[in-house]
Amino acid sequence: MLHQWISPQDMAALWLTLKLAAVTTVVLLILGTPLALWLARTRSRFKLAVESVVALPLVLPPTVIGFYILILLGSQGPIQALGGPSLAFTFTGLVIGSVVYSLPFVVQPLQNAFAGIGTGALEAAACLRAGPWDRFFTVVIPLSRRGLLTAITLGFAHTVGEFGVVLMIGGNIPGETQVVSIAIYDHVEAVDYASAHVLSGLLLALSFLMLFVLYAINGRIKMVMP
Amino acid sequence: MTIELRLDLERPGFRLTIDTEVPGRGVTALFGRSGCGKTTLLRCVAGLERSVRGRLVVNGETWQDADRFTPAHQRPLGYVFQEGQLFPHLSVEGNLRYGYRRIPAAERVVQPEEVTRLLGLETLLQRRVTEISGGQRQRVAMGRALLTSPRVLLMDEPLAALDAISKAEILPYLERLHDELSVPVLYVSHAIDEVSRLADHMLFMEDGAVRAEGALRELITRRDLPLAHAEGAAAVIEARVTGHDDRHHLTELEFDGGKLVVSREHLQRSVRVRVRIMARDVAIHLTRPRDSSVLNCVPARVLDVSDDPHPGHVLVRLAVGDSTLLSRITRRSLAHLALQPGTDVYALVKSVAIT
Repeated sequence: MLHQWISPQDMAALWLTLKLAAVTTVVLLILGTPLALWLARTRSRFKLAVESVVALPLVLPPTVIGFYILILLGSQGPIQALGGPSLAFTFTGLVIGSVVYSLPFVVQPLQNAFAGIGTGALEAAACLRAGPWDRFFTVVIPLSRRGLLTAITLGFAHTVGEFGVVLMIGGNIPGETQVVSIAIYDHVEAVDYASAHVLSGLLLALSFLMLFVLYAINGRIKMVMP
Repeated sequence: MTIELRLDLERPGFRLTIDTEVPGRGVTALFGRSGCGKTTLLRCVAGLERSVRGRLVVNGETWQDADRFTPAHQRPLGYVFQEGQLFPHLSVEGNLRYGYRRIPAAERVVQPEEVTRLLGLETLLQRRVTEISGGQRQRVAMGRALLTSPRVLLMDEPLAALDAISKAEILPYLERLHDELSVPVLYVSHAIDEVSRLADHMLFMEDGAVRAEGALRELITRRDLPLAHAEGAAAVIEARVTGHDDRHHLTELEFDGGKLVVSREHLQRSVRVRVRIMARDVAIHLTRPRDSSVLNCVPARVLDVSDDPHPGHVLVRLAVGDSTLLSRITRRSLAHLALQPGTDVYALVKSVAIT
């Protein structure tokens, strides 16, 4: 039934978008968690500078971010100069761009959540024989469940909705780097409003569902654990 | 069996320098005003202050010296924080078992059933810690610390955040811990009534250093320390139950300086008790009063007389057997009775509290 509504190419774009968002979210959690922990605990004088850099994608036009990443990854870029592969117009390139683009949406909720856990709970855990990793998994993570959930949802949803960065560094190769937002743009350009409707409607429904589930779960956590 | 404390910690505007040993058993109070460094000292013992230098040996085990610093999670200690610091995401039972699960089975001297009974937590186990009262939370915090079978128990003003009712509720449990467990306790407090109920030994701290150290009974009656001059100054005496006068609802006690009676208590004969006698409840007579409503009268000898913060009062220290009593009397009475060190008198005690 779905085939009547969505072309194989659009299906591929949808699948690629979800894959990109999932991979980006996982990478962001791995990189963003230590960064957020450091930002929440440090008294370093570099903290403000790092915080500002993390927040940059919130204010910069996506084309600017995309442009700089293209320069970084492209054929004349420093990564290639050091003997690395050309990552522009590849899925890996898209992941790198998306990680930068969605960084603040993951780091900021995590940082707020970690900062909200006083040192007291961690010291109490240390005095109950919990080592650093043990404390992280049994105290920090459970006490920042809401922040963690917010970070995952926003990171994922924001990556699904990206356009400018992907356009700059991914181009528009169907099946390889074409994501839904760009496919919609193409359909509108070609005055194929029917296909644009289907994809836009799907994206709208998906985004609403994710945010709805997030708020529902966070509301419950809040009730149980004020 | 001692706890050796030789620690040096410097912070902007504050320095903690401790060089002393305290007994490795019983309750040692770290006593002093806010800001004197008692909590910091406790944190140093726990390994929560990384920048402290020096040497720390607890009953033969070196936790810190010049080339070793055992991190907090490897020190076999229990820490009861002022605000409890229970984990809000765990139930009462989850909190109690958090540390218990983390020690090797062979080292589990204290069992959960024992602790829940001792602290009266049987009915609370499945509750969330956000749903129970302040006093109950503090009992959970103590139980949680005890269940790591600690070699030393550190308590940082565990009653300070509680109201009077919760305090009264929790003190008996603390006394039971003192009586039933052989774990040495370092107890931080600035409340002398709490300390005189619980502690055996005392470190009196001032400005990051130990000003005096010794048996509690001795320190709280020393004239060169502020304790004996405080509003609630009191002496503590160890006594033994000798019998009961059921007709008058009294319990009879004996100590090395004589006999005392108190309101009837459910205590076995020959049980050792600790009684607290406030300086303001002790009157001095030159002769044994014959017709007095005050039941407690013991022969005493004046040790010395010192000034009191109130200009109209003086503080008289009395030797009663091997014990020392404090008596706060007016300057006029002092002149009237012509009290001198060495004068033989009778101490009339209006009120005796078993603690």
